[in-house]
Amino acid sequence: MTIPVAPGTDIPTKNESRPVWSRGILRALSSRLVILVPYLWLLAFFLVPFAIVVKISFSQTTLAIPPYTPVLEGVGSLWQNLREFSFDNYLWLTQDALYFNAYVTSVVIAAVSTVLALLVGYPLAYGVARAPSALRPLLLMLVILPFWTSFLIRVYAWIGILKPEGLLNQFLMAIGLIDQPLLIMNTYTAIFIGIVYSYLPFMVLPLYAALEKMDYSLIEAAQDLGCTRSSAFWKITFPLSRPGIIAGCMLVFIPAVGEFVIPDLLGGSQTLMIGKTLWNEFFANRDWPVSSAVAVILLLLLVVPIMIFQQAQARQQEQGR
Amino acid sequence: MNTGGWSRFNIASVTLGFAFLYLPILLLVIYSFNASRLVTVWGGFSTQWYAALLQNQGLLDAAWVTLQVALVSATVATVLGTLAALALTRYTRFRGRILFSGMVFAPLVMPEVITGLSLLLLFVAIGLDRGMLTVTLAHITFAMCFVAVVVQSRLLTFDRSLEEAAMDLGATPVKTFFAITLPVIAPAIISGWMLAFTLSLDDLVIASFTSGPGATTLPMKIYSQVRLGVTPEINAICTILIAIVATGVIIASLVNKRREVQRLRDEQAAGRA
Repeated sequence: MTIPVAPGTDIPTKNESRPVWSRGILRALSSRLVILVPYLWLLAFFLVPFAIVVKISFSQTTLAIPPYTPVLEGVGSLWQNLREFSFDNYLWLTQDALYFNAYVTSVVIAAVSTVLALLVGYPLAYGVARAPSALRPLLLMLVILPFWTSFLIRVYAWIGILKPEGLLNQFLMAIGLIDQPLLIMNTYTAIFIGIVYSYLPFMVLPLYAALEKMDYSLIEAAQDLGCTRSSAFWKITFPLSRPGIIAGCMLVFIPAVGEFVIPDLLGGSQTLMIGKTLWNEFFANRDWPVSSAVAVILLLLLVVPIMIFQQAQARQQEQGR
Repeated sequence: MNTGGWSRFNIASVTLGFAFLYLPILLLVIYSFNASRLVTVWGGFSTQWYAALLQNQGLLDAAWVTLQVALVSATVATVLGTLAALALTRYTRFRGRILFSGMVFAPLVMPEVITGLSLLLLFVAIGLDRGMLTVTLAHITFAMCFVAVVVQSRLLTFDRSLEEAAMDLGATPVKTFFAITLPVIAPAIISGWMLAFTLSLDDLVIASFTSGPGATTLPMKIYSQVRLGVTPEINAICTILIAIVATGVIIASLVNKRREVQRLRDEQAAGRA
């Protein structure tokens, strides 16, 4: 474990009006605290918990800690568990096709939803970026506002719309487009709608940030030189907005893979997504080691997308500096 | 300023996009005033479901728990998140910086089931009883990362010559921070706090893992009822929550805008002087 050390070279030192040593100590102390406090917090509540998940995923299923055991016993059996290292839980995951299917389904659903969110989000972000500049702050706030309202509420709102006797079917039957109610609720379509709807602000904001910075005279120049509108888009706008596309897609894809609320409320009991599997394994079967193993594999699946996201984030930081 | 570029296609896509974003919420709000118990059949205007909420003690208890957790966790998360943002923008070289920035950005995208499960296992391992304290600790941890990102983006555009001037004039780093840096980044800190507050108010998954008996939060309560089906009472609670959040965000953005205008005016005045 590394301990952060203040650089001491960051703050310019000119015109010292106090003794050098007192300034030096104060500076060193304050900078050290600025780094140490959040650092230690994240180590304790973010990194250490992961280590525990990994350890428990290697413990034996038979010794699983049931929830709500007395505290001391819980700790005792936990340490006993740790001594008995086993791959049983991972073997279990490979033996039951349910888990494999759940992982594949989750990744496919998340990928399809990400593409759909990009298709819906790009024109919206582009429209907001091209809006008259007096109107832009308002439009941007309208994009962000749904993000502030509860996720659960927004998913819940779709139940009333999508169910067989819901508002969408009532509307479509009233205008005579369909005779039979569409069965959307409890299908993959409902999950796609739910994910696209819930994560749309995450897609639009990075896209907007990229599109807003763009120099639109480039497009005019291209068109003056004989480019059609669509070829100007593919040759100029699209490549220039690529950082936004990458960031937006990662912000949708990564959480969507492990999504629980949407498949649970809109997908019904047949749809198999890994977040839901983990939840059931934990709350219904009370099998902590297996749910830990499910979490570890899920995290491994997401390592590459998370790294891509981190890099995009770091690059943005470099640019801002 | 380029206003000529807003084509009909742009206007159409913005309109459709916002219709998609707002129609479901609007329908939910409208149907919370429905007199009929059948949620999707309109039976006339009524506020009876709001009156029924006040009689529901379990719901009120959950709302009180949620409010306390959100207030405490948002405040602590704001302090920690601001420190993390300072550490990331001001100290470009310290040992373990890559790990640190990783730990700040990863929770933003981490599936909630993983965060919830791992924190629960930590609390069990150290023998901490599950309840309001554990939910609060969990919320601080993931909310501080959102605060850090919000504050960091403000710090990146911050004119550091102001700080250098203060220190040249003999202010200590701590004094400089409170006299110069803090007032400038205050709007970002306030919006960071609000974000942390609403994240805590909304969270279902992490709270379900880390809370214990007697510490049921409002989203947990709503979720257990939603699973049984759509009811007008839930529409009514949701409408109240939406109204609170929307009012908060709109007021905050108005205040922010006013400060911005004030700041520009001050700067212009300073420029003339």
